[in-house]
Amino acid sequence: MRPDLELVASLVPAGSRVLDLGCGSGDLLEHLGFRSCRGTGVEIDGEAFLASVRRGVAVLSLDLDSDLDAFADDSYDVVVLSQTLQTTRRPRAVLAHMARIAPRAVMSVPNFAFWRHRATLALSGRMPVSVELPYPWYQTPNIHLSTLPETEALAREVGLAVDRRILLDERHQPLRGSVGGNLRAAGAVYALHRR
Amino acid sequence: MSVGYVETQRVVLATPDDPLPLSSGRTLGHVEVAYETYGELSAARDNAVVVCHALTGDAHAAGHHGDEARRGWWDNIIGPGRPLDTDRFFVVCANLLGGCQGTTGPSSIDPETGRPYGMDFPLLSVSDMVGAHRRLVRHLGIARVHSVVGGSLGGMQALSWALEAPDEVGSAVVVAASSRLSAQNIAFSAVAREAIMRDPDFAGGAYYGSGRSPQTGLAVARMMAHITYLSEAAMSTKFGRRFQDSETPRFGFGVDFQVESYLKHQGESFLSRFDALSYLYLSRALDYYDPFSEPDAAGQLRRTAEAGTRALVLSFDSDWRFDTSHSVRIVRRLEHAGVPVTFREVASTAGHDSFLLPVPEYHAIVAAFLAVR
Repeated sequence: MRPDLELVASLVPAGSRVLDLGCGSGDLLEHLGFRSCRGTGVEIDGEAFLASVRRGVAVLSLDLDSDLDAFADDSYDVVVLSQTLQTTRRPRAVLAHMARIAPRAVMSVPNFAFWRHRATLALSGRMPVSVELPYPWYQTPNIHLSTLPETEALAREVGLAVDRRILLDERHQPLRGSVGGNLRAAGAVYALHRR
Repeated sequence: MSVGYVETQRVVLATPDDPLPLSSGRTLGHVEVAYETYGELSAARDNAVVVCHALTGDAHAAGHHGDEARRGWWDNIIGPGRPLDTDRFFVVCANLLGGCQGTTGPSSIDPETGRPYGMDFPLLSVSDMVGAHRRLVRHLGIARVHSVVGGSLGGMQALSWALEAPDEVGSAVVVAASSRLSAQNIAFSAVAREAIMRDPDFAGGAYYGSGRSPQTGLAVARMMAHITYLSEAAMSTKFGRRFQDSETPRFGFGVDFQVESYLKHQGESFLSRFDALSYLYLSRALDYYDPFSEPDAAGQLRRTAEAGTRALVLSFDSDWRFDTSHSVRIVRRLEHAGVPVTFREVASTAGHDSFLLPVPEYHAIVAAFLAVR
């Protein structure tokens, strides 16, 4: 499992009912299943969806941008959104749905303000391509890139408060310290709760 | 690989001492069921997969009855190495209650009168069909089936079985189905029934023994229903505006276009295998089907969630008979109740009939879902 998913999993209380938006091949839900969390995944990609089905994960092929009204208010304990917000067409609406569907959320995001991206843009004058954001601009699924403070501001705007922020390096490992996070971190995992 | 030679078996599952109760309050004192099985039941009796057929299907889902070219209606999904893997599963398919291909229906003899039931046959619900299937499974010594699988009306039976007896069902595979027909769906049903009932040979439903039957009406009903099973794109590809026997139009009212010839053949070949009253009874059961509006729906959903019964719901993007919104309604009800449910709209150009075809993504999903124990 990706190291940031281990972190995400560690922020989900045992026994929670979990909705994993953009669940990929279902590894997080399978992992949480061993900790007796009941879970539902949402995944639109056919290959990833099939991988989730093989794992025995309950997975719905729905579009995060148009279908999240399928989920009732407070129908889950925790909504997970890992490395997915930047791929949605309407990130604000997705965050607002998360705040509605569960009282808690765990979210991992890439940070476009990471120093290496800044350096690439400043020095070469080209769009950054990295481990974190590996696609050229014209075929990237990451259509809504943001920085950590701006992501946090949007979360606050839809009523989600930050409980914890864990800064990640390029290999998705936690960084020490919190000073200069928006420069040092390639991404972050957030534990959020509804205000 | 396909299963090879198979035989249809029959068993009596209700007697006057042990009648089959129906949701209408009436009972059937004699119920015979035609069924086929493929693969071996495991020693633990835990590998049964029940296939429920759609409106006009029968028990002969896979293999052949002697002529290898004529295979069961769902041969492409049942067999060694196929999604309903007979190396692994004991697959059971029965003709449904109210049908006319070996299982008790309106054309069967009423033991009380010694004559065919005709219109005296009780009105049936999908639950009643499931009730007969449940007796068959018990008769086979199976307390809990691994999965119940079906498309269209078959998917409705799978859904109802999971809701009504979740302890007997590990999972339900509900393909191209609906939990509630739309006005448009019912309208198509109504016209099909009108075609049958307005045929002079229908004789108010008392045509058994008359030497006649409402053949014109039944053929027209089938032709119209068949249009709803195909997508416009599939029809365009298959027939276009091509003519049947010439390069140029013949300008008349006979069968001239290929699509006309196809529908005429569908209507006529249907007559040799289907009874008009079965068509009325089964299509009416579809119209009234609405399990989530039953008085005990909330309790059923809760018990299904508690039993851990899983559901796979699939729709096809070109199906306009039961489009994806029908499947999404089922998914929402199950998901809201906490039933583990998996859903995908599969791309296929073939319309409602896609559930009968070997669409690769569809078969891969069913195989993956059933393989989870």
